[in-house]
Amino acid sequence: MRFPVIVRGFARFAVLMVAVSIVTFWLVSSSPIDPVQANVGQAAYAGMSAAKRAQLEAFWGSDLSFWERCLGWASLAVTGDLGTSLRFNAPVTEVIASRATGSLALMACAWVLAGVLGCVLGIVAGACSGRMPDRVIRGCAYVLSATPTFWLGLVALMVFSVFLGWFPAGFSVPIGMSASDVTLVDRAYHLVLPALVLSVTGVANIALHTREKTIDVLASDYARFARARGERTAGIVLHHGLRNLMLPALTLQCASISEIFGGSVLVEQVFSYPGLGQAAVTAGLGGDAPLLVGIALASAALVFAGNLLANVLYGVVDPRMKGATAHVA
Amino acid sequence: MWHNKIAASSFGAFQTAQEDAATRLPNNRRRMLVAIIAGLAVLAAIVIAGALAAEAAQTTDFSVKNLAPSFAHPFGTDWMGRDMLARTVAGLSTSVLVGLLSAAVSSVIALVLALLAALGGPRADAFVSWLIDLVMGIPHIVLLILISYALGRGALGVTVGVAVTHWPSLARVLRAEILQCRAQPYVAMSRALGVSGVRLARDHMLPHVLPQYVVGLVLMFPHAILHEASVTFLGFGLPPEQPAIGVILSESMNYLSAGMWWLAVFPGLALLGVVLLFDRMGSLVRRLLDARTAQE
Repeated sequence: MRFPVIVRGFARFAVLMVAVSIVTFWLVSSSPIDPVQANVGQAAYAGMSAAKRAQLEAFWGSDLSFWERCLGWASLAVTGDLGTSLRFNAPVTEVIASRATGSLALMACAWVLAGVLGCVLGIVAGACSGRMPDRVIRGCAYVLSATPTFWLGLVALMVFSVFLGWFPAGFSVPIGMSASDVTLVDRAYHLVLPALVLSVTGVANIALHTREKTIDVLASDYARFARARGERTAGIVLHHGLRNLMLPALTLQCASISEIFGGSVLVEQVFSYPGLGQAAVTAGLGGDAPLLVGIALASAALVFAGNLLANVLYGVVDPRMKGATAHVA
Repeated sequence: MWHNKIAASSFGAFQTAQEDAATRLPNNRRRMLVAIIAGLAVLAAIVIAGALAAEAAQTTDFSVKNLAPSFAHPFGTDWMGRDMLARTVAGLSTSVLVGLLSAAVSSVIALVLALLAALGGPRADAFVSWLIDLVMGIPHIVLLILISYALGRGALGVTVGVAVTHWPSLARVLRAEILQCRAQPYVAMSRALGVSGVRLARDHMLPHVLPQYVVGLVLMFPHAILHEASVTFLGFGLPPEQPAIGVILSESMNYLSAGMWWLAVFPGLALLGVVLLFDRMGSLVRRLLDARTAQE
């Protein structure tokens, strides 16, 4: 039963990637930003003869039709060549690979933190439903879910870096240090604040969801029976609730990768953290079409991987669901 | 026989629920109506105040630059001596208008696609659900950057971008609602009586999905504002000369290390307040319109 799910998953992945490629390629090529001008720069373009411009257009193929260009790009893309980034002056795949390490570290930390913190807070709120801890947690969750991530980042930067001086004000490594001297501790130290800010975006959602589920579990017959046997609330949650709670929380958390990625774009921009998100912004503002398409593809692949992971984990946590496709809420 | 019995018992339940509701509903409903009207009043006030403050938001006065909050300038002034309160209000009204417009467009897209999916046969249904997967498959911010890039940045780009990215969840809800409605006996009966498809959709389906549509629209609105501000903050949305919350916050980044906290804190809090207000308003409307919780 396991095999077909994965095969079907990859088929869907292929179709999705083709569709995303076509859509992003179409969006980028319909842009009023002139690729030739973006490539040679404003000053050089103005001083160029018409013949030279036509020659450049022919060289980059921007005089070809949309489908010709799209197929040309796609035939190279399947061999792993996504073109050359304008802003970073390197192959797109290389830029993405070097940027992805920082981004993935940031997102992974935030993702795990959000999941664990959200679950714990949700369970506490659900177990104390209607009482003080519940009200505080619920209130915080509502406020946090309405808070713009980038603003939270700005405030955190201001309080912890500028006023208190506890954390560095941006970047992923100390400024003015040669790359060989940077230790893992330095990197981790620079990661703390962005990761905390990024995790906050996910906490509210998961906490509110887990809270509902905890209330459901505690109201169930088996929880009541456990209570009649003399088990305490903590024991009931731990022994009877946790597995039931984990399932929807896990699915939700895997589905939130899209939001985490979106948040990382903003957080990286605020903290000048060199990652995929910042590269996307640089590419978008600098007219770097190949890199933008490449990052869009990478992000779509990441989101798809998250959903696939949700389906696989679903089967692991709940053996009844093995082989069936989980519906992501 | 059994049919009658079920009808009778469910009627009984309905009656007690109604009696129960009659004692509590006016109170609850009034509270919600007050909250909703207050929300709309705040919305109108922001837009009107924004129009009034537009000029003050642009006026520079270098004799009062970089001032911390005081009675004369409650939100302080920026490096060009512009009053931050006026800028915040003007920025909020821009954000609210862009948010309203894009949320409205997005909800119409959702409604049309939901109708298409539910009533257009299995092919159309598969196509719409594939479209939903596609839009959900790329992170919103990335898609917004792409669309903004395609449209050459500016207000149009961000409005279209938010409208194009926000419809999927509402479309799903509406599709399910329409499918449920289509299975109702009264729809089958009107179809048997020869009512045309278009009239069926207009007279029987639309009134049925309208509550969900309104809830979805109101709940979409805060998201639209947040995304507009985020994209503008990144430099893709509204142009820098326009006082928008995203622009203000992005400019404030340059002055953070100088300790000018008021440039970032107050505009952000104002944005947070508006988003929170409409989020709560949406939840209230949903609770009022949802049959299961309307009696709470």
